[in-house]
Amino acid sequence: MSILIDQDTKVIVQGITGRDGSFHASQMIEYGTNIVGGVTPGKGGQEVHGKPVFHSVQDAKDAVGVDATVIYVPAKFAKGAVQEAIDADIPLIICITEGVPVNDMVGLYHQVKAKGLTLIGPNCPGLISPGKSKIGIMPGMICIPGSVGVISRSGTLTYEIVHALTGLNIGQSTCVGIGGDPIVGSNFRDVLALFEKDPDTEAVVLVGEIGGDEEEKTAEYIKEHISKPCFAYIVGASAPEGRRMGHAGAIVSGNAGTAASKQKAFSEAGVPVAKTLDEMAELVAKQFQ
Amino acid sequence: MNIHEYQAKGLFKEAGIPVPEGRVALSVEEAVAAFEELDAPIVAVKAQVHVGGRGKAGGVKLARSVDEVREHASNILGMDIKGHTVHRLWIEKGSDIQREAYLSVILDRADKSIGFIASADGGMDIEEVAEKTPERILRFGSIDYSFPEEAAKDAAAKLFDGDGVDGVLDVMRKLFQLFIDKDLQLAEINPLVLTGSGEVIALDGKMTIDDNALMRQAELEELRDMNEENPAEIEAAEKGLAFIQLDGDIGCMVNGAGLAMATLDMIKIHGGEPANFLDVGGSSNPEKVVNAFKLILAGGKVKSVLINIFGGITRCDDIARGILKAFETMDISVPVVVRLTGTNAEEGKALLEGSSLIPASSFSEAVRKTIELGKGEAA
Repeated sequence: MSILIDQDTKVIVQGITGRDGSFHASQMIEYGTNIVGGVTPGKGGQEVHGKPVFHSVQDAKDAVGVDATVIYVPAKFAKGAVQEAIDADIPLIICITEGVPVNDMVGLYHQVKAKGLTLIGPNCPGLISPGKSKIGIMPGMICIPGSVGVISRSGTLTYEIVHALTGLNIGQSTCVGIGGDPIVGSNFRDVLALFEKDPDTEAVVLVGEIGGDEEEKTAEYIKEHISKPCFAYIVGASAPEGRRMGHAGAIVSGNAGTAASKQKAFSEAGVPVAKTLDEMAELVAKQFQ
Repeated sequence: MNIHEYQAKGLFKEAGIPVPEGRVALSVEEAVAAFEELDAPIVAVKAQVHVGGRGKAGGVKLARSVDEVREHASNILGMDIKGHTVHRLWIEKGSDIQREAYLSVILDRADKSIGFIASADGGMDIEEVAEKTPERILRFGSIDYSFPEEAAKDAAAKLFDGDGVDGVLDVMRKLFQLFIDKDLQLAEINPLVLTGSGEVIALDGKMTIDDNALMRQAELEELRDMNEENPAEIEAAEKGLAFIQLDGDIGCMVNGAGLAMATLDMIKIHGGEPANFLDVGGSSNPEKVVNAFKLILAGGKVKSVLINIFGGITRCDDIARGILKAFETMDISVPVVVRLTGTNAEEGKALLEGSSLIPASSFSEAVRKTIELGKGEAA
């Protein structure tokens, strides 16, 4: 099994006629994702990669049924695109777009929660259940099916850890890139709760980074609610204070948000903390020996 | 993006939040002219730099005469405050301060809300107040962009012990709307002052604008003070690169912010010092790689360069083409170590074969080699 998506999940692509949307739609189709259509306002009736294009998310839902939507529109249209998906009650909304104004996320976040929907991102690589389905931009070839869940705030670090795990022949149940922004739709705790319930996930790898206090809260949450072994790696120990390290959310303010604080929180919660990505893969490997 | 106090006050004024009248001065003569124009018995001469603690550093002085304005202005202009050189002054009419409070609106990451922070303890470091007397901090917020009327009323009554309530509430309402209209991440008034005549005014102002929102706040982009920015970082941003100058001598070119941070960490773990953070982003445009090299090598203190790429959307062969182009068009004399993994890695490596670039098969090997070569040791 896996969480959130599998081979049956019906997926649409918002922004499918754009450069990024079109390219990644073809990559997803090639991987085996069940893409049922796309949405670009004003371009309904066209076809992209043999899939129907609709004017709106609601039109797509009415015509083909939609379990998940993935958003590739430019940052200034992202709020509108997510809003449209929320209004159509799409259960799983994945926003790949980078550079979304943070204040836009405040209202969207609470609407999603109030309706009981799931939002992943923005500014994320999406997710993949190896061998079944991928939604987003992760390179499918580095993953193999297995029983380790991966949650990461960073795209490239997701690839690194998955690559290292695959190199040791440790497969993954689902890998979720939750995104690098100050406000994201799903945090570590939301995804951990799903992995805890998934019978085929035996351990979870968390890749956190500096900024905010989500990792500290996650450590507390694991102590209380998670029975499966977890492993953590925190990036950004060497970042100077007050600087935004590429990701809008990766910023240390005073003593808050430091790598040391997050590592300490995980250690105190009994979660092994790796100093490097290779060490993390080795820790997981030991668990499965 | 941060802006100066006087710019924040300009936005306050536009929004209807009372501020003392003042003038910007770039020279002693302009400061004197401002004093004469303001025609006030007392003015504050305030250094305009993007850093806190200006008062303690001697960057804020009161003046009662042309001579005093001249003296303070000449002392403060050119002053270094925590590494920021003072190029601008704000000359402002003195206020009849009866009470001081603290008020700010922030983007609250934890609650995912637009949050107010208010305290009757104004004019102090709010983080210190929060630590020592957390009960003196009031917090409330909004999750749907509507003004939190009831909580604001309660808080307004507490800031000046029941005085100036309507004035405080009016400032709160306008500050909240300004925060939304201008896509701010922080709007701080410290202190918010109650004057002898019962007026509530913003005596100081600090503002951070969401960089992601500058695309729809073009007029705010004009408030950027290049003296407060690293020109190389601004140039990088214009070319689609995320670049931060650091103090070390190992140049880095990485794809993805997370991997770029991990690369800095790894260099430190192995005893090296990174010269920069650089995320070339997801695009595969060879021109970006050339621009990245220019940024990394500018200044001439870099002793070796590490290129660490995990191709996802980024294709390793495109990166390799960019590297070769940089070597053709630039004079690169420092050793460059390249690690390519992921999409089209083999094609990328093949392109680099026979060049002077030093290949590395893993992340850690690449870091070790780069540090050794930077020290002039054989790798």
